Amino acid sequence: MPEIIDQIFVVIKHWFMGYVPGGIQPLASAVLSVVPVMIVFPVLFAITTVLERKGLGRMQNRYGPNRAGWFGILQPMADGVKSLTKEDIVPRTADQLVHFLAPVMLVIASFLVYAVLPIGRNMVIANLNAGVLFFFAIGSMVELSVFMAGWSSHSKYSLLGAMRAIAQMISYEMPLVLASVVVIMAAGSLSTVTIVNMQAGYTWIWPHWYVFTPWGFTGFVIFMIAATAESNRCPFDMPEGESEIIAGYYIEYSGFKFALFFLGEYLGMFATSAMAITLFLGGWAAPFSFLTWIPSYVWFFAKLLAIIFAFIWVRGTLPRLRMDQLMNFAWKFMLPLSLINIVGAGIWHFMPAGFGRWGVVSLLVALSCVLLSRGLRRNKWFHVRTYRFAT
Amino acid sequence: MIISFLLLASLTIIGTAAAMSLKNLVHCVLALTLGLVGLAGLYLQLGAQFVGFTQILVYVGAVAILAAFAIMMTRSADPTLSNATATFRTSGAVVAVVVFAVLAWAIYYGTAHQPIFTAQPEGSVGQVGLALMHHFVLPLEVIGLLLTAALIGAGILAMDEHRGNQ
Repeated sequence: MPEIIDQIFVVIKHWFMGYVPGGIQPLASAVLSVVPVMIVFPVLFAITTVLERKGLGRMQNRYGPNRAGWFGILQPMADGVKSLTKEDIVPRTADQLVHFLAPVMLVIASFLVYAVLPIGRNMVIANLNAGVLFFFAIGSMVELSVFMAGWSSHSKYSLLGAMRAIAQMISYEMPLVLASVVVIMAAGSLSTVTIVNMQAGYTWIWPHWYVFTPWGFTGFVIFMIAATAESNRCPFDMPEGESEIIAGYYIEYSGFKFALFFLGEYLGMFATSAMAITLFLGGWAAPFSFLTWIPSYVWFFAKLLAIIFAFIWVRGTLPRLRMDQLMNFAWKFMLPLSLINIVGAGIWHFMPAGFGRWGVVSLLVALSCVLLSRGLRRNKWFHVRTYRFAT
Repeated sequence: MIISFLLLASLTIIGTAAAMSLKNLVHCVLALTLGLVGLAGLYLQLGAQFVGFTQILVYVGAVAILAAFAIMMTRSADPTLSNATATFRTSGAVVAVVVFAVLAWAIYYGTAHQPIFTAQPEGSVGQVGLALMHHFVLPLEVIGLLLTAALIGAGILAMDEHRGNQ
């Protein structure tokens, strides 16, 4: 019985395909795989916006949205209607075509990456041979759309926001990719499905996820920090810092185009979180061997919601970084640590299994972490600040 | 198969032609990116997943962004007025004709009479990795050394300027 519930969507699809004439079967199969993803994740986006506002409200000792529906649950619908009915204003000096194409391209790129993410057992749109590479290649198209948005708006704020965003995204893309290299080394494959399968199985009740190894844990932490920066979220929300450059690269967008930027940003966040789940947290696998009766897609979305909660928590906790802190952290801490982590994964692979390699790799990673963070603090003097105000 | 090839080829040609003929430099960069994406599509159509995705990752993710950044940093504050200078028309035409002649000669007298698809590539990512690590390991190391030297050189250049300002 659990197997049937686990595979129910796959079975329904196969049952439906039986009634489709042979000529259009590839097309029908593709549509049946793609449409649910294109419905589920925007719905998750709507739920996340209200969860985020409620969660932030809770952390900041206020109510958050509480007018539309019970406890403000219908707030996303109200927002959607509002952004659909708002006037679409395009600046007179803006580059009309590029200004229009930027949000379209952002949303297309954000949706494309879901093609390789396994959201359940046998539930992946395309099991590509180079799936992880596809993910990062399409993800890099987001930077181009950010540049298009910032440049075409013909506004100083937008251009500044775009420059900040691109500089930040390029800097944090390298730790992001290098942190996932350790998993590719361990799994010996670039295919997301193979990576998930390599983490299957349990020792007693504990799973074989890559996050439960020293290099995997380091890689996961680096990946999540870089993912926060990639999706421009607090504490790395410099590109859209409301108090400095108002909204950054999408300041000149209004109405539904603004909503598209919002959607693209959240879809990117979900996609990177899903990639972290695939690479480090065992994909759709259950966390304990006695919980495998719960369907795989439930586990996937449970992990995704847990990571989203962590994102909201971090946003409610940490203040925004300064640009130099951001760059120093990326180039002087994250990048060397991820490189050392790759060496650690290599040592782990060639040492005999047991406590010895645990000790050696943990020591290597922890020591380099401490030394690198001491290097970051060099020439810095921490003291209580005294503010002088103009009189 | 042939329809998708024609679509991708026309995308590539239109993109590169627009990159050469448009007035606005940023438009040129975006059009060039379109052409490079079309090229990546052609690679994917030939079954070379690794090359196709690497093409997107490197050229769309890095080179196009770098070009856009360079234009924004070096040109005047209003990039819409920047116009591609056309002083190298004759020499450019000569170079283009020579390159085309060499390529056409190589294709015509080279492997044109041999079948291109001798075997369907299988697991091309793994094959690329094995080839890089076994057969081409020395060139790979040399390129790595070269890139490291370039990286250190760029760092030193930036550092000296910084010191001079202090």
